[in-house]
Amino acid sequence: MDRLSNFLKSLTLSELRKGLGVTGRHLFRRKITVQYPEEKTPQSNRFRGLHALRRYPNGEERCIACKLCEAVCPALAITIEAEERDDGTRRTTRYDIDLFKCIYCGFCEESCPVDSIVETRIYEYAFEERGENIMTKEMLLAVGDKYEEQIARDRMQDAAYR
Amino acid sequence: MAEFWEFIREPFFITLWIVAILVPLLLGVAYLTYAERKIIGYMQVRIGPNRVGPRGWLQPIADALKLLMKEIIVPQNSNRFLFLIAPMISIAPALAAWAVMPFTDRLVLANIDASLLYILALTSMGVYGVIIAGWASNSKYAFLGAMRSAAQIVAYEIAMGFALVGVLIAGGSLNLVDIVQAQQGSLVHWFWLPLFPLFLVYFISGVAETNRAPFDVAEGESEIVAGFHVEYSGMAFAVFFLAEYANMILIAALAALMFLGGWLSPFEGTWFESWFAWVPGIFWLLVKTSLFLFCFLWFRATFPRYRYDQIMRLGWKVFIPITIVWIVVAGGLVVGEVGPWFN
Repeated sequence: MDRLSNFLKSLTLSELRKGLGVTGRHLFRRKITVQYPEEKTPQSNRFRGLHALRRYPNGEERCIACKLCEAVCPALAITIEAEERDDGTRRTTRYDIDLFKCIYCGFCEESCPVDSIVETRIYEYAFEERGENIMTKEMLLAVGDKYEEQIARDRMQDAAYR
Repeated sequence: MAEFWEFIREPFFITLWIVAILVPLLLGVAYLTYAERKIIGYMQVRIGPNRVGPRGWLQPIADALKLLMKEIIVPQNSNRFLFLIAPMISIAPALAAWAVMPFTDRLVLANIDASLLYILALTSMGVYGVIIAGWASNSKYAFLGAMRSAAQIVAYEIAMGFALVGVLIAGGSLNLVDIVQAQQGSLVHWFWLPLFPLFLVYFISGVAETNRAPFDVAEGESEIVAGFHVEYSGMAFAVFFLAEYANMILIAALAALMFLGGWLSPFEGTWFESWFAWVPGIFWLLVKTSLFLFCFLWFRATFPRYRYDQIMRLGWKVFIPITIVWIVVAGGLVVGEVGPWFN
């Protein structure tokens, strides 16, 4: 009896018709495509994109060259060199992030005691030449200066959970 | 001068005819690729190509231009002559078969008596292109693809041939025009009803014959890269592509002619008949052909590829017995003059 019903089932193509029904229904479904350059998906305030170095409101850079980020970085993407400045404070002379090595895990941001190194929402960037993948201290500070408002707002929103 | 005109008159008009058939056919192929990408996209809840021209309508033209301008690479250890002739061998029968295709009862380029036989012969020629391409490429993937294709065509050609035998028993002729005219009457007079199993077998074999999903083991991207045409690029590849789609249209048009009454109006013999009397027959043929073409795309969007042994089982152990049984049944129906088809 079982064999007979199986035989009839396969002969009437019932499983195949069921499959066709599924795709047939989806033909009329609302399409979920996001047309990228014109439309974008919403972003979380915790988005981990391009890095930036922040400054205090008085213009002083936050980074104190504690090298916690360099130590925690699992991809060894961060290189820091530090020196004492004329006013006796410790500051970096070199702060490079190799974006080819970086895995955007956000550990640097988590480890930073002064909220200096952060990951911004920027994700649309590209390199055309070798070497452009190294973000120097100046470049990171420039990103921070440009997007400070957004960065500060995102940290504020997340403050309760940090 | 008049004598010269007399001499070239017939070849001239035949050439005109060929152009009048092939240009729409090639345009149809181009837009079939567009329809395929759109429809499969829609079934996957995406929107498909929509960037080139309004709603992506110029996409096939952009694709054709791209393929035209790409380099044709001939592998060093391939057989150069066979390598280059294989695409032509595969497209020639795909286009030549259209010579006997009746678009209405008078609109036929060559209304020959054995047109069904001619088409059966030509559609099986197409596999030589695939086999030669696979052999000449001197690549194991191409060769595997060609082997699979050969085995598959042998299995399904038989079932398809038997399905056509059923049609010729029912139609009482090998001439496609006569076969369509034998279906005159109404929607239920068409041969899809008395020959229903043959209709299914024919169409499924047609899908297998054109190497379309779910029978695309000859290409099988995930297993053997692209099968027989791995080594082809540029226009040589485009010609294979063209042949595949021209064959799809051919199979769809033949299914419409033999089982769905070709150019006959679906409202024939009903109350609406006079309302639709002004619609030219070729329109109905196009509608029915498009229906089958849609099924080709629908299958591709739905079914995963058959395993090789399952394909062989289906061809030899399912289709051939079904067709043989139904040929006997069809013969019985014709001899018994069972209505409304055969009285």
